Amino acid sequence: MVIGILALQGNVREHLANLNRHDVQGLPVRLPGDLAGIEGLILPGGESTAMRNLVSSSGLEEPVGDLIRQGLPVWGTCAGVVLLARGGIWSSVDITVVRNAYGSQVFSRLVHEKSTLSETPTPMVFIRSPRITSAGREVEIIAEVEGDVVAVRQGSILLTTFHPELVDHSPFTACFIDMVRARSARPDETPAPGHCPKEAGRTV
Amino acid sequence: MSDFKERIIVNRGLAQMLKGGVIMDVTTADQARIAEDSGAVAVMALERVPADIRSQGGVARMSDPAVIRAIQEAVTIPVMAKVRIGHLVEAQVLQALKIDYIDESEVLTPADESNHIDKHAFEVPFVCGCRDLGEAARRIGEGASMIRTKGEAGTGNVVEAVRHMRTLMGQIRMLLSMREDEVPSFAKDIAAPFEVLADIRKSGALPVVNFAAGGVATPADAALMMQLGADGVFVGSGIFKSGDPARRAKAIVEAVAHCDDPAWIARVSEGLGEAMSGLDVRTMPEGERLAVRGW
Repeated sequence: MVIGILALQGNVREHLANLNRHDVQGLPVRLPGDLAGIEGLILPGGESTAMRNLVSSSGLEEPVGDLIRQGLPVWGTCAGVVLLARGGIWSSVDITVVRNAYGSQVFSRLVHEKSTLSETPTPMVFIRSPRITSAGREVEIIAEVEGDVVAVRQGSILLTTFHPELVDHSPFTACFIDMVRARSARPDETPAPGHCPKEAGRTV
Repeated sequence: MSDFKERIIVNRGLAQMLKGGVIMDVTTADQARIAEDSGAVAVMALERVPADIRSQGGVARMSDPAVIRAIQEAVTIPVMAKVRIGHLVEAQVLQALKIDYIDESEVLTPADESNHIDKHAFEVPFVCGCRDLGEAARRIGEGASMIRTKGEAGTGNVVEAVRHMRTLMGQIRMLLSMREDEVPSFAKDIAAPFEVLADIRKSGALPVVNFAAGGVATPADAALMMQLGADGVFVGSGIFKSGDPARRAKAIVEAVAHCDDPAWIARVSEGLGEAMSGLDVRTMPEGERLAVRGW
């Protein structure tokens, strides 16, 4: 199984190492040709403006959009959430976000919180993270911290506003690898790809 | 996990998110917006770029907080700012301004010729300059969350950046290949804290992100530093002292992202207009060299 990692800017190396810890091969994606054969795609943390410019100049906007519509499992972390939310490059998940909504680096932090994936609290590293401000009916909420939604799933897309790749064994990494495995095993039963209806979702 | 350890993860983490990116020196809110639109991953808020500090002389200090605030309000990417080496109160002031990263920088006139700031005492992360592994390890030991090779700022000449990056990466390769019983003596020779070297041997790499700085003026310069092992690039005077800053900024961002693709670098380098003129470091008197500040 090979999972691609958008490698134009950001936390690519840590995502590669994180996949290796789970015995999964990661492949850096910089150009459309790198997308051939990948079974999942990770959009890493980084600066979303820089990434958006580079995605567009590298010709990745359309081919990645096509793969998302075909149901390729995609995991966006931090800046990756911004790219997949309403108004982002791919606008594939029915959520709205505010970039860097918690303020400067002194407000970045590590918290331990439960989720629908784990009864025991797991570490979540937030670094100048975006804030999810609304979510549509089809969006499944996986984790909340102090009333803010921080992890969601819609169809074949997983979003975390924090960084599971910076933690040794995060249930969120395992969840995404399971999504990729499930689709590779039974491509016909792929969950519907994420998409945004016309009306914005409920405020969360 | 202690609060202290959590802070280290979060602060080193921000630098990790900047990898593969370009951090640009800016002196006004307008320049900051141009930098952000061009794809900078962060900006360094300054009153004067290094080339002007060099030509105007005098004591170079932390920027006016009003300049820093204006730049913070103009962009959503991280804002960094410089303090003089050893000037812990300038650093406290920047922390009070909620700056995202403090650069304890040789580009400003040092406030202390013996001691660097105890960076563990701050919540805000620090980036510090180095010329070799010993200097990098000393700064990491003091609590730096990110390292940059110094190069020679404000010259538009990449030769010193190359020298420092080659020295640092070469010494890391040497450290990783030596016998365990040779490490203490190597630590003594390069005046590095033993624990930091032990850490590097355990993980196989520096424990913090390392950018290149000081003299990068062209897309090819930036890609060169990446190929030599930099995680990203600081561009100081190189952008806003050039003929067409927005285009040059974009081209350097592209060259860093596609640093292994010469055809790509050729394309983005076409017709960029004039690069900053540049200075010959060999003929520069020792007293004008910024990289020798700090130890």
